[in-house]
Amino acid sequence: MEEFNLTILFASVIATATPILLATLGETISEKSGIINLSLDGTLLLCAMTGFVISYETNSLILGFAGAAVVGAVISSIVGVFSIYLNQSQVAVGFVLTLMARDLAYFIGNPYSRIQGPQVAHMPIPFLEDIPFLGSVFFNHNFTVYFSMLMIFACWWYIYKTPYGLKLRAVGEHPGAAFSRAINPRKSQMLYVIAGGLIIGIAGATFSLSTKAGWGRPQGAEGTGWIALALVIFGGWNPIKAAVGAYLFAFLQTMGIHFQSWFPSVPAQVFNMAPFPLMIFTLLIINFFQRESIILLAKDKPLLKTILRKLDNTAPTSLGKPYKPDEY
Amino acid sequence: MWIELKSIHKHYGNVRANNGVSFKVNEGSIHAVIGENGAGKSTLMKVLSGYTSRTSGEILVDGEPVYFKSPEDATKIGIGMLYQDPMDFPQLTVLENFMLGQIKGFRNSEKKFKEKLKKYTDELEFDLSPNAQLKTLTIGERQQLEIIRLLSLGAKVIILDEPTTGISVEQKDKLFAALKRLVKEGKSVILVSHKIEDVEILCDKITVLKQGCVTGEMEKPFDLEKALMMMFETESKTPVRSKIVPGKKHIEMKNVSVSGGRTGLHNCDVTVRRNEIIGLAGLEGSGQGVFLRCATGLLKPYSGSVSLNGKNMTGKNILSYQKENTVFLPTNRLEEGLIPGLTIKEHYSLRQKSRSLFVDGAKASSDSKENISKYNIKGDPRTLVESLSGGNQQRLLLSFIPDDAELLLLENPTRGLDIGSANWVWELLQDFSKDNNSTIIFTSPEIDEILMIADRVLVFFDGKIIKDVKTDDTNLDEIGSAIAGKV
Repeated sequence: MEEFNLTILFASVIATATPILLATLGETISEKSGIINLSLDGTLLLCAMTGFVISYETNSLILGFAGAAVVGAVISSIVGVFSIYLNQSQVAVGFVLTLMARDLAYFIGNPYSRIQGPQVAHMPIPFLEDIPFLGSVFFNHNFTVYFSMLMIFACWWYIYKTPYGLKLRAVGEHPGAAFSRAINPRKSQMLYVIAGGLIIGIAGATFSLSTKAGWGRPQGAEGTGWIALALVIFGGWNPIKAAVGAYLFAFLQTMGIHFQSWFPSVPAQVFNMAPFPLMIFTLLIINFFQRESIILLAKDKPLLKTILRKLDNTAPTSLGKPYKPDEY
Repeated sequence: MWIELKSIHKHYGNVRANNGVSFKVNEGSIHAVIGENGAGKSTLMKVLSGYTSRTSGEILVDGEPVYFKSPEDATKIGIGMLYQDPMDFPQLTVLENFMLGQIKGFRNSEKKFKEKLKKYTDELEFDLSPNAQLKTLTIGERQQLEIIRLLSLGAKVIILDEPTTGISVEQKDKLFAALKRLVKEGKSVILVSHKIEDVEILCDKITVLKQGCVTGEMEKPFDLEKALMMMFETESKTPVRSKIVPGKKHIEMKNVSVSGGRTGLHNCDVTVRRNEIIGLAGLEGSGQGVFLRCATGLLKPYSGSVSLNGKNMTGKNILSYQKENTVFLPTNRLEEGLIPGLTIKEHYSLRQKSRSLFVDGAKASSDSKENISKYNIKGDPRTLVESLSGGNQQRLLLSFIPDDAELLLLENPTRGLDIGSANWVWELLQDFSKDNNSTIIFTSPEIDEILMIADRVLVFFDGKIIKDVKTDDTNLDEIGSAIAGKV
């Protein structure tokens, strides 16, 4: 039986969360501008396949990641064009695309199944890795993990601290009002759907080149997209909170593996499934704190009030409702 | 800067919202554009501010023809607009709202804009805290912010579309003072309104629109009678307050506190007797909406008790209230009142009480036809409710009041109706109340309307009832200052 070690546990949580985390960040950016990219799950698989195949053929990891990012951007731009410019349902288009992208990935990737391919190399960060505990948990991974951790703060900083991010939020809140303030809502929604798609593409390649290296059917990334979609809501459309959600989910999954070895009599499926209801339960608890009576209770308690405000999970007001110019 | 509009046309399909409108706005003046609802005022202003494109016609600014592809182009020239439906972001802060549309590039310049905001608020004597979330502000304060933002963008002509709806008398005075100051500085203001009294005290020139065409122009001093004639086809009868003999207790609230809305409702003690017609005054979102929703069982109080006809109703749901013949008409027509996506006929089908397995289509058809003609709704039974105009949606909603209704809770029942239709609606409601011995509790943003109809007034401020008075014992000024929190 595997020995239980906190350092290894947290290090593996950080490592396994990476692709989910990136996918969640990509989707958060897209949804913050008001567009739900429901093609996420299929896109991840297609990008995982693309990344693996390109890296295998060219022997270049960078080309693999770049190719996957481009594919992610292309798929998301299809969602964008159909919903923003052609006024079609984001949900319908995204849903069909997710199925199509998945089948396309299996079809094109079939000749590359179960073969040894390139993989992102382990890259501990000098000096930082020597910090006790933290060093092993955070700084003893490969490049994709560091990139994903950087992206959390980069996305947060961009959305909440730059003028561009303010405009991004404005478009997601009220595209019509954004238009009256010299912002082109359609253009910026398109831009952020594509930007989200680039990140989603990288997330896909992270699966096949690092976290679950290799390609096959199933690859192991199946279903992750749906979880990421839920994590966006869990995180209240805030990159940092979404990251907490992604890590929590990875933690529950990793714990499931441990529990399996501790309680062999319980069917393994129970532990595989447990993270999902637990996430829903957590969401319930968070939203419980948004009840009027609790907000009233916090009225004269600044600390509690701040905490409640930070927990607030309000969706962008115009999420899923594309902007229509003033014509009818 | 002066503006000339030359034969502006704006067509939406077959609908001619503007049909050859021409007039001139002088530099340093306040120009009013008046007309009843649906006369094409808002459309014309959206054309002028670049929000919509015109079908044909010419706009001259200082004699030069201009073409606006977006509000950005208009802003660059110096035309800014305050829209009727607030074009701002309730979820963002005051400062963020101020910065949007002005900030450029990648650098975060919050500090600079904070100072700029402060400079303007001081100058116009507004009081806005930069870090407050916009949704906690009143409509009037949100307007002030928009005006400041437009000025900061360098606006020389400011268009205000119905700015005095939903703001207090105090805020209105503040707004008018600010506008007069701006005009003195050489800026121009275009005021769109259906309230002739506002226009009278503020404006230098009036252009009257009717059905998309200019029907008259006037310089100071105004002949208001004539202006009204130009606005409406026929003169309508102003309703008179009906004589009322209060009956026994109808609805009683004891120390009721409810959360909801912007302010909630705190420690509300009210007894309403049968046959009373009560007007709820107050700024939008001061607790009147919460009061009505509590009185109809939509919101449950967390303390206190509610009783109806002597029965304790505390904590009961809306169905139990409906069994006691209460009816509630919300002001958010498409969000709460009607079901977008369903036709007029389907709305009447939904109201059928029979328990048959099948919808009685013939009856729904006849019901809808009957009510369409009775309530003068411009549509047919197959019309989707969201494609009706605001006024027609309101009429449809009013037609849903069941014949046996005893307690009518009406949230801004004449919203979006022109004066003629509003008067007609009140006549109908007064007759209904007389015939059925029913009680009416209604809200309105217009104090005039409340004083004209209600025999008792409750004034709401910050979630509390701060004044409860018979209409005969009060006047406009008293109610006006109570609305601003001064009793």
